Amino acid sequence: MERIRERVIQIYGNLVSLLQKCIFCILSVGPIPNHIAFIMDGNRRFTKKCKLMEGAGHKVGFSALMSMLKYCYEFGVRYVTVYAFSIENFKRSPEEVQSLMDLMLKKIEEILRKQSIVNRYGVRVIFSGNLKLLSEPVRLAAERAMLATAKNSKAVLSICVAYTSTNEIMHAVQESCEEKWDEITLLNSSGAGYGLISLGGYEQDEMDHLIKLTDIEKHMYMAAAPDPDIIIRTSGETRLSNFLLWQSANCYLYSPSVLWPEIGFRQFLWAILNFQQIHFYLDKLRKQS
Amino acid sequence: MWHLLHVTIHLCYFAINIANALESHLISKGLLRRYKSLHISKLQYLAIVIESEDCRTSNVIELLQWLADLGVKHVCLYDMEGILKKSKDFILEKFDGATLFQENDVLLDQPLMTLEFASLSDGKEAVAKAANVLFMKYLKSGSTSSYQGEQIFTESQMGEALKTVGGNGPEPDLLLVYGPARCHLGFPAWRIRYTEIQHMGPLKSMKYGSLIKAIYKFTMVQQNYGK
Repeated sequence: MERIRERVIQIYGNLVSLLQKCIFCILSVGPIPNHIAFIMDGNRRFTKKCKLMEGAGHKVGFSALMSMLKYCYEFGVRYVTVYAFSIENFKRSPEEVQSLMDLMLKKIEEILRKQSIVNRYGVRVIFSGNLKLLSEPVRLAAERAMLATAKNSKAVLSICVAYTSTNEIMHAVQESCEEKWDEITLLNSSGAGYGLISLGGYEQDEMDHLIKLTDIEKHMYMAAAPDPDIIIRTSGETRLSNFLLWQSANCYLYSPSVLWPEIGFRQFLWAILNFQQIHFYLDKLRKQS
Repeated sequence: MWHLLHVTIHLCYFAINIANALESHLISKGLLRRYKSLHISKLQYLAIVIESEDCRTSNVIELLQWLADLGVKHVCLYDMEGILKKSKDFILEKFDGATLFQENDVLLDQPLMTLEFASLSDGKEAVAKAANVLFMKYLKSGSTSSYQGEQIFTESQMGEALKTVGGNGPEPDLLLVYGPARCHLGFPAWRIRYTEIQHMGPLKSMKYGSLIKAIYKFTMVQQNYGK
């Protein structure tokens, strides 16, 4: 009896998988987004709604993330970014922050295992954010994961931890200033400085443009990925909460009302269909700016 | 098959738009009780993002009149190409219920609406200019010996630098997008950290009832700010 039940579930699973593959085939006639980003909102609300133990919502949320990654990579989306932990989230209770860090550590170890999604789809993992704010075990695990997957080249997963857009912009500006300072010091020490340190050699106009937009952009945490095509934030919230503000000028923002642990194929499909409807317009905007 | 799928989506949206138009009509007639009293004081600063190709000043002026009737005090009008900026004088002349936004206006209770005009150049380019301001300041302060590895600038210093280059107005509470898609079109990144972003459809088919509904939805939102 048990064996029959297992067999039925297996057949059902295979049929669902086949149907999803057929839908992907049909959709791939149209434009496929190159980069999708997710704001995984609603884990705590899910815990409350289903009356689960504290932290359980985040665990279910992790499974939802794995499903969404699978859909993205099967459909041919090359870059996926997730907002895993904001700098603002450090303001939560120490117990909650610790439990999230423990979960992150455990899941980083899991995704590095042989049969995990990362190896199956050849995904390079990048941790984007101010990693110095993380505790040492988590930071070291993140660095190990980046090193272990550095040679994967089929897809990219950017995990934003200890991240906010304003911090990212700030960091990029600082890196640009340091780079410019090094350039000036080098020129000065080689005797070609024309008194650059005192900046007497520059016209006012040149001084206003020492640091260019391209300098800042190359120092962004997210510089390894192109701008996102779609940002999906669950729980029906319509704000970006300091996520990819710099990169989302021409990006379709989608806010399904489901909580993150409840997100599924239906929401993914709807996001793609809407993206395909407005792709021509978004592409036109990109070319203009 | 793909085309059939998208035709079906078009038909779905057509039906949704008809339903929305009906609802909007009922709201503007005051027939839906829920929308009768708006807590407009919760909306301190409103941003309107308009697709540049749709920027008809007659529509913009009508929209501003609706906002003034609802009691909105501070509005920022944004379009990528700066068409609204170029029409600034014309808009202020035709819509006599507003003055140009000055830095300290949000703190004061004004009888007239304040209007700010912004475009794409107030976003990334302003950040680049602000970066140069910070760099100059740092060089002039002479403390460049401690440059490597430490955090030199803070976010509030960045905010101040943006103000000096004219790229840092207040953070809008709500941003309404009038265009084909829900997309903020490059509104200055530094200002939209926690801004609620709602899509209103094309400007030419704007509806008073939809505006009320959007503002009502905003007033019902509770934010944790990451906590």
